[in-house]
Amino acid sequence: MSTTAPRAPRVRGKGAGLGLLAWLLGIAFFLPIAWMALTSFHSEADAATNPPSFAASLTLDGYREFFGAGGGASPWPALVNSLVASVASTLLVLLLAFPAAYALSINRVRKWTDVLFFFLSTKMLPVVAGLLPIYLFAKNAGMLDNIWLLVILYTSMNLPIAVWMMQSFLAEIPVAVIEAARVDGARLPTVLARVVALISLPGIAATALICFIFSWNELLFARVLTGVVAETAPVFLTGFITSQGLFLAKVCAASLVISLPVLAAGFAAQDKLVQGLSLGAVK
Amino acid sequence: MTATTTAPVAAPETRTPVRRPSARLRAWATRAPLLPALIFMIVVTQLPFVATLVISFFDWNSLYPDARHFAGLDNYQEVLTDSDLRHSVWTTVLLTVAVVLASLVLGLVLALLLDRRFRGRGIVRTLLIAPFLVVPVAAALLWKHVLYNPEYGLLNGLLHYVGGPQPDWISTTPLLAVEASLVWQWTPFMMLILLAGLQSRDHEQIEAARVDGASDWQIFVHLTLPHLRRYLELGALLGSIYIVQNFDAVFTITSGGLGTANLPYTVYQSFYQAHENGLASAAGVLVVIGSIVIATFALRVVSSLFREEVSRA
Repeated sequence: MSTTAPRAPRVRGKGAGLGLLAWLLGIAFFLPIAWMALTSFHSEADAATNPPSFAASLTLDGYREFFGAGGGASPWPALVNSLVASVASTLLVLLLAFPAAYALSINRVRKWTDVLFFFLSTKMLPVVAGLLPIYLFAKNAGMLDNIWLLVILYTSMNLPIAVWMMQSFLAEIPVAVIEAARVDGARLPTVLARVVALISLPGIAATALICFIFSWNELLFARVLTGVVAETAPVFLTGFITSQGLFLAKVCAASLVISLPVLAAGFAAQDKLVQGLSLGAVK
Repeated sequence: MTATTTAPVAAPETRTPVRRPSARLRAWATRAPLLPALIFMIVVTQLPFVATLVISFFDWNSLYPDARHFAGLDNYQEVLTDSDLRHSVWTTVLLTVAVVLASLVLGLVLALLLDRRFRGRGIVRTLLIAPFLVVPVAAALLWKHVLYNPEYGLLNGLLHYVGGPQPDWISTTPLLAVEASLVWQWTPFMMLILLAGLQSRDHEQIEAARVDGASDWQIFVHLTLPHLRRYLELGALLGSIYIVQNFDAVFTITSGGLGTANLPYTVYQSFYQAHENGLASAAGVLVVIGSIVIATFALRVVSSLFREEVSRA
């Protein structure tokens, strides 16, 4: 699985025991998710039993219910909203962060560390610090329940991380490569698009992945600023907060379906995730 | 340059200022790629905060907009003397410290285990990453309904087999219930960072120490831990930034009840439900001040990381 497997410390006699312990802990951490998956395929009656039913027959009823077969609200609009908000804001982040990272890493601006710290410091400004004015602004501007407002806010949420990650990826590009392109007469946009972007494609992909995950997961902004039309998938999920018992399979199906894009993206790019989550500082 | 005595400011267009504007132009060209991101961040994050600061000095309930008036520091006084709010400050501290510490220690244990070669290591790593990849609201729902439910939750279901008690987890230990779900979500994150740290160790140095007769424990204390220090700091810092601001778990599992309301939830509630704009803003500003304390420490850590990176470049 891991392609970056290092030279591990020597395996000794107790190595097997510790390996077993790792397996046990891994299973323990995964157990809730496995149980959620199993429950999502049970009928509501089988899902809500004590002791738990391991051998109950499997059914897709939970998923049918979730997708609105039972007359409940369809999750599709919320899923589409989440997709639009996450993809659009990720693209906007890349568009803004890439030139900024270029200025901060390759074509160094004077006092550039200050700028970098400014970006990072905004990440430490709690969301609640600006929530009310943003709400009031959106209300007066008629932008409440508007998915594009979320796109802008998610962009501001992820831009600092993206600038930081990208500058560390771009800093690894040899200056000679860029010099060569410029000597050949390429202008800045061409250099950025044809040379820098191509070389740092894996880093850009990692950045995009992280931004997508954080946007997809976001709840507070979406909860306060959207309503019926622009509701996102996490907000849709909050509808299950008080559901009592009867809908356990449906809750599990809903949670799994909405987590699926993030789970898939995260599993597919585990190594990139490590590099990205440590903001490029850990290499 | 030296031959001209007339000030270029007086008649900039009569001279042929080829060099100077081009220098200025070049200076702008280096900064220009930075500007869109910078302006965007200032408009979207700094302006609202300034507005929050201004609102925090007003007595303003959005249900009675006409009664809005300047109130000076009244909101701050009310926030600081309000026992619910003081309690939520304490809850935020408890929640953050407990979750960050527990997930760091657990993450370290897991990272040390995964740093060894064993059969199926890739699979175990994938299993361990999974909790971090579940959407936070979904994870909170999973804990609330599927694990904690007193009648048919998995925890009590498993306790049934060993004949243990069947407590109602959320109402008997509400804060612990929220913390456990967050530790479950954040341990993989800590593990990933610490694993990256372990894999960047100098293995020759470890071999040398081992040849010299150092025990595993000595190697861990004198070589591994010092090397991991900045990775531990980074994990603690990033974890703190996200957990101080946690809203999803508190909102979903307890809805802020049973003494689990942290500051973000309280701010959310005071303007979203109580419509107290002024009070909410004052509380928000206090959250920021609290965050600055963390941030000051955090930025120092980051800048030391950063300096190392520059010196390597």
